[in-house]
Amino acid sequence: MAFWNDRRTRGYLYQIAALGGVVLVGGILVSNTLDNLARQNIATGFGFLDREAGFGISEHLVDYSPADTYLRALCIGLLNTFRISAAGIVLCSLIGIVVGFARLAPNILVARLASVYVEITRNIPVLLQLFFWYAVVIQAFPPPAAAWEPITGVFLSNRGIAIPWPGLGAPVFEGFNFRGGAVLSPELSALLIGLSIYTSGFVAETVRGGILSVPKGQLEAARAVGLTRFQVLRFVTMPLALRAIVPPTTNQYLNLTKNSALAVAIGYPDFVSVANTTINQTGQAIEGVALIMAAYLTISLVISALMNWFNRHVALVGERS
Amino acid sequence: MNRNVLMWVAVVVVSAIGGALIQGMMEPKSTPAPNAQKSDAPKSAAAPAAPAAPGASTSATLEAVKARGNLSCGVNTGLAGFGIADSQGKWTGFDVDICRAVAAAVLGDAEKVKFTPLTTQQRFTALQSKEIDILSRNTTWTLARDTSLGLNFAAITFYDGQGFMVKKASNVTNAKSLNGATVCVQPGTTTELNLADYFRSNNMKFQPVVIESLQELTGAFVAGRCDAMTTDVSGLVSIRATQAQPNDYLVLPETISKEPLGPVVRHGDDQWFDIVKWTVFAMIEAEEKGVTSANVDQMKSSDDPAIKRLLGVTAGNGEALGLKEDWAYSIIKHVGNYGESYDRNITKQLGLGRRINALWLEGGLIYGPPVR
Amino acid sequence: MTLKALWHGLFGTWYNAFLSLAVIWLLAVWLPPMFHWAILDAKIAPDPAACRASFGACWGFITEKHRLILFGAYPFDQHWRPLIASMLFVVLLATSCNPRFWHTSLALGWMLGLTVIFVLMHGGALGLSVVESAMWGGLPLTLILAVFGLALAFPIAVLLALGRRSHLPIIRALCVTFIELVRGVPLISLLFMASVMVPLFLPEGITVAKLVRAEIGLIIFAAAYSAESVRGGLQALNRGQEEAADALGLSYFHKTWYIVLPQALRIAIPSITNNFISTFKDTSLVVIIGMFDLLGALKAGLNDAQWRSFYAEGYLFVAAIYFVFTFSMSKYSQYLERDIARTAPKPS
Repeated sequence: MAFWNDRRTRGYLYQIAALGGVVLVGGILVSNTLDNLARQNIATGFGFLDREAGFGISEHLVDYSPADTYLRALCIGLLNTFRISAAGIVLCSLIGIVVGFARLAPNILVARLASVYVEITRNIPVLLQLFFWYAVVIQAFPPPAAAWEPITGVFLSNRGIAIPWPGLGAPVFEGFNFRGGAVLSPELSALLIGLSIYTSGFVAETVRGGILSVPKGQLEAARAVGLTRFQVLRFVTMPLALRAIVPPTTNQYLNLTKNSALAVAIGYPDFVSVANTTINQTGQAIEGVALIMAAYLTISLVISALMNWFNRHVALVGERS
Repeated sequence: MNRNVLMWVAVVVVSAIGGALIQGMMEPKSTPAPNAQKSDAPKSAAAPAAPAAPGASTSATLEAVKARGNLSCGVNTGLAGFGIADSQGKWTGFDVDICRAVAAAVLGDAEKVKFTPLTTQQRFTALQSKEIDILSRNTTWTLARDTSLGLNFAAITFYDGQGFMVKKASNVTNAKSLNGATVCVQPGTTTELNLADYFRSNNMKFQPVVIESLQELTGAFVAGRCDAMTTDVSGLVSIRATQAQPNDYLVLPETISKEPLGPVVRHGDDQWFDIVKWTVFAMIEAEEKGVTSANVDQMKSSDDPAIKRLLGVTAGNGEALGLKEDWAYSIIKHVGNYGESYDRNITKQLGLGRRINALWLEGGLIYGPPVR
Repeated sequence: MTLKALWHGLFGTWYNAFLSLAVIWLLAVWLPPMFHWAILDAKIAPDPAACRASFGACWGFITEKHRLILFGAYPFDQHWRPLIASMLFVVLLATSCNPRFWHTSLALGWMLGLTVIFVLMHGGALGLSVVESAMWGGLPLTLILAVFGLALAFPIAVLLALGRRSHLPIIRALCVTFIELVRGVPLISLLFMASVMVPLFLPEGITVAKLVRAEIGLIIFAAAYSAESVRGGLQALNRGQEEAADALGLSYFHKTWYIVLPQALRIAIPSITNNFISTFKDTSLVVIIGMFDLLGALKAGLNDAQWRSFYAEGYLFVAAIYFVFTFSMSKYSQYLERDIARTAPKPS
């Protein structure tokens, strides 16, 4: 038998060919790029991270001024991404669970309404929803001087939602904007509403699917041993359903986090938005896009790891019961 | 062969054809110019060490433009007076005229321009990657851009400065009283940096709202998301002119920066750099000498040696640039001189007078080196 | 549903009755004003002044701008071309949904259809004037991005999925790396990469139209996600099939081509349909890199100072168009899923 007919040998050959192909294509791309950069005299490297950023960022959880470095500006952006992702994940889960249960409600009207909600939110592009909510906040809300005050101390205006906050006092309109209190900017509000509503439709479907996946026999058995409705839900349905819910929900959380990059379209200074500005100011597109990808890959891996841990946890609970 | 296999073969063929169609839309720009092949010594083009024969061009960009038969020009996505397309897709504006002038000089036809609308983010890469031959998109000349982006600024066509626009109803009348204001600004611009500098140097605070698209940003400002909007004064005036109620808005008197705007070309193609530079200077020279698109044909028989040189009656300039001798005639005939373009686009459209953009003879900064 | 069941579903128990009444009350409060806004008080004439004076919806914005929204910056007198192209897309998609047409002639039909669409849009043949892809916009652009995106991503996805399940470690590692890398980053970063970095990757002198660059980004993205769908199909396939093929002594290629893929892809169809829906929605992100797809063209229309305040009407109009496509496709995928579950051979 000739050596190329040997299965193992051919396996090696295929792999060497594939690896060689990837290295070759990669090499050509890299050499083209270096060539282009050198010919056009474009700066390279991450040296810019230590230079002064020089631009302002409207929302920062820690101190920031234009005199800080690009590195700090990017960290501010990353914190803002964490902030919107965390808030979005909590909010979309809450809405998703409520709607998911509503879809299974014995009441026809409630179930119908929930399914209309799910179909509409899932089938309209998230970017369109974001633009819509942003337009609503800045166009339909009054200017800050004439802000609505539905509850004393809470102001709704096209500058966002200002609420009293312990340590920061109550918001007061002064000069151009509200001072004091906590302010949820229009960009953050629109992003939070848009992302949460869009993702909640998917979460609702997952929740519904998870509950439906619990075998009827389990429930009947639980009822037969005399558990109350609530006990069945708490000790039988939920643990079993969670096992079917957690993996797809992880994906939804990851999607929400990745979709938060759309902040750049409505001007919320998340990581992509700040990195984008950095690319523009320094002209170093490759470094900027590489930073964006590295940051999101890290976030994705961390969320996956966390959810895997949680998944193992619920799986064990499921097996104990 | 069974049906499934046939189907999959067909799917692969469809994909291949789709790929081929898309490939057909790629435009390889490196095709050697037909006229270059016809020229007597193709080797001389490949050997830059040899002194270029008079008139023979060594500019890759020039060759590519001639071979393609049109000039690819990067312009604004829509800024009235500078670069904007009407509903029929026809581009007009002051920056657009620079492109038309270059096309007139190189190809003898001001209509042979392919316009590529670019955002602030895309403009430099589009030029670097040779997607466009020239960037004429109200771009500010700065040291960093000139040195680290692989670009060359050919000339200054418009002396601008950054300003603020507010709603009249806000009762703000000067920039110093904007402390604590929310300011709408485009990210990734010199404007964004100047804004931060200005507030820092005056010990004032501000909240930026950054949206990349100027139209979008204007929408946010008009809706009241920001107290003030900042960009170059020319841009502010342009935006104000296109609002439903222009009189509701006020451009504040301060200008907080120097913004010299002009066309940009790639680093490393000196001949092309010269052509764009002298296209602008020829338009300025024409205005100085009173040569307009209306009288350019009579002017050909003028006795003024400067006009004779400009219009190619006295030969030499065209050859030096690697163009035809009537290059400047063609610019003025098809596009007009600097003042004509300014009046047509900026004075008429936006109501913005010449001010520092008047000719040096009239006390302004517009001054072209002698065309000789 | 019988009347009795309906009654039971609404008022069966006391809390059910309470919920029903609450919902009915909410609808009674919200629906009439919405109805007034959307229909009774609405203005259809394209007159912004009349719209501002009215409390109703201003469909006049759509009347005025519908051609801009649907066809973008495409030359006005040539709008019949993108119109026919869009209709062709719809016909092709609708035909492909019927399993009865799943044979060779359908693929040929697609080939022919896509060629006709390309010639229609681009021109330069049959006496049609050339329209650069930079001028394409609106609905046809959205459809082109989505359909070409998934069609070209699909072969890559199949290879990636097979590679991921290969027993050759290097090939598996390469495929896993690619899939996970792409799935770990937001689409917008791939689009940035495609629009900003692709020009730097290419050798000097070669440029690629913006539409193609955006398409490359979408293809990479769709390929990674579809690869996971195909992998799902491969995993769901009964192992006995592969073992039987091995026992017959078929080569890897024959086994994959004749036995594995035809069955696995059939299982994966609903999931791939879902990928198509996602890709269709995701095309809207090209707005951010400055292209005028359906959403981008709407935004261009809303930039007109006269009409800026009628954003709700505009977004509703465009959302409705997206919804018609995505909703019908998702219903179709659900139908297929049930259909396949019913007709698939039971695992023994």
